[in-house]
Amino acid sequence: MRRVVVTGLGMVTPLGSGVEHVWSRLIAGDSGAAKVSSFETDDLACKIACQIPLGDGSDGTFNADAYVEAKEQRKVDPFIVYAMAAATQALDDADWHPKSHDDQCATGVLVGSGIGGIGGIYDASITLHEKGPRRVSPFFIPGRIINLASGQISIAHGLKGPNHAVVTACSTGAHAIGDAARLIAFGDADVMVAGGAESPVNRLSLAGFAACRALSTGFNEAPTKASRPYDKDRDGFVMGEGAGVVVLEEYEHAKARGAKIYAEVIGYGLSGDAYHITSPSPDGDGAYRCMTAAVKRAGISPDQIDYINAHGTSTPMGDELELKAVERLLGDSAAKASMSSTKSAIGHLLGAAGAVEAIFSILTIRDGVLPPTLNLDNPSVETSIDLVPHEAKRKRVDVALSNSFGFGGTNASLVMRRV
Amino acid sequence: MSDIAERVKKIVVEHLGVEPEKVVEGANFIDDLGADSLDTVELVMAFEEEFNVEIPDDAAETIQTVGDAVKFLEKNSAA
Repeated sequence: MRRVVVTGLGMVTPLGSGVEHVWSRLIAGDSGAAKVSSFETDDLACKIACQIPLGDGSDGTFNADAYVEAKEQRKVDPFIVYAMAAATQALDDADWHPKSHDDQCATGVLVGSGIGGIGGIYDASITLHEKGPRRVSPFFIPGRIINLASGQISIAHGLKGPNHAVVTACSTGAHAIGDAARLIAFGDADVMVAGGAESPVNRLSLAGFAACRALSTGFNEAPTKASRPYDKDRDGFVMGEGAGVVVLEEYEHAKARGAKIYAEVIGYGLSGDAYHITSPSPDGDGAYRCMTAAVKRAGISPDQIDYINAHGTSTPMGDELELKAVERLLGDSAAKASMSSTKSAIGHLLGAAGAVEAIFSILTIRDGVLPPTLNLDNPSVETSIDLVPHEAKRKRVDVALSNSFGFGGTNASLVMRRV
Repeated sequence: MSDIAERVKKIVVEHLGVEPEKVVEGANFIDDLGADSLDTVELVMAFEEEFNVEIPDDAAETIQTVGDAVKFLEKNSAA
């Protein structure tokens, strides 16, 4: 099978726009959580979220106009705008702008979303109710459906290879990168633009996820304290928004054009819990099998893993189950591994989470620094694994693993290695 | 320019994101102003909303230029 490497990175997150800006704030221990002010939250149980800082593009703020024309932004949900921005950043970073027919056909897109355009669906439902079907925009459907992130990216950059999308809730971003890597490994494409995007922060989503008892509701007056994975006071996740996109490339293709290579995707594992629609299986077996599959595919032993970017959403049940599954995987080598949850800083980006977190994992390999788990004051269980509480720390990382688990019991793990 | 023509122009500029100078009577939405077929559907919906008038599909098909829209609305709109 052909080797697959990462040659470009792009992201828009609650810590800002652009990989280097977000990474430096993440390492500094900044939080993207705040009280929601863009819509009414008085009657909602959860009144906080991690939202993208909008602006003119200076100081790492996100300026959508720099990526998508204003009149086109109006036609699509924000998740598509975030995806297009992150894809442009990643392609620029990879310096890959295919012009020939052959290069265009060898480059595909696989960007997913967990929910897609729920904000626009909410608005159009109100229009339908209040004004009738003749007022529903012709852009309503193509601006909301999930694969239009991949579609719009392909149109903007002339990418004529495989055009695909993943929809696996909070595992979407990791599945997208893993599946795209396989398309390259199998020879369906030489380059893939892969990742996830999500724009769920609205009244409907906050009401829905709160009804599932998934959101933090006890920290409305202290938003930056709310996402606290592994801490005994954690009470649910904090919703985030944004996109993460990578450029994946066949190794020889990247080498031949002298591309900068961040890391190699050496392992990808998938599993299903077959247990419950929203709760992880109590034995953590789905997570364990998924990581085991990724490690086996990578051809490494678990003791070679230096850093794990946890799914770690800050829900009471999920965090400890993942921790147990990781301990089971690592066995005696648990004491030398480090694992942190960057959701403590950026919240849970749902379908974008796995892609953004894969990028963070890749950056630990590049920079030898581990992002912290914020707010981990009192771990709810004892573990020999270093959970990188409060502050970033230096550590050489040759192999990193990133976990993502989603509603429906869908699990994905990625393993990346220094090249 | 009539009041109706001014309002039509404003809608076209907003929806198609074009320079106001380009929105002249003879300008064709698709050929001159960069609209696609979905844009023209949305434009017609915007005219219906602004002028509180229903534009049937067969009439909508004949509205291809700024002047077509102004003429149709001058004849059919009460607002």
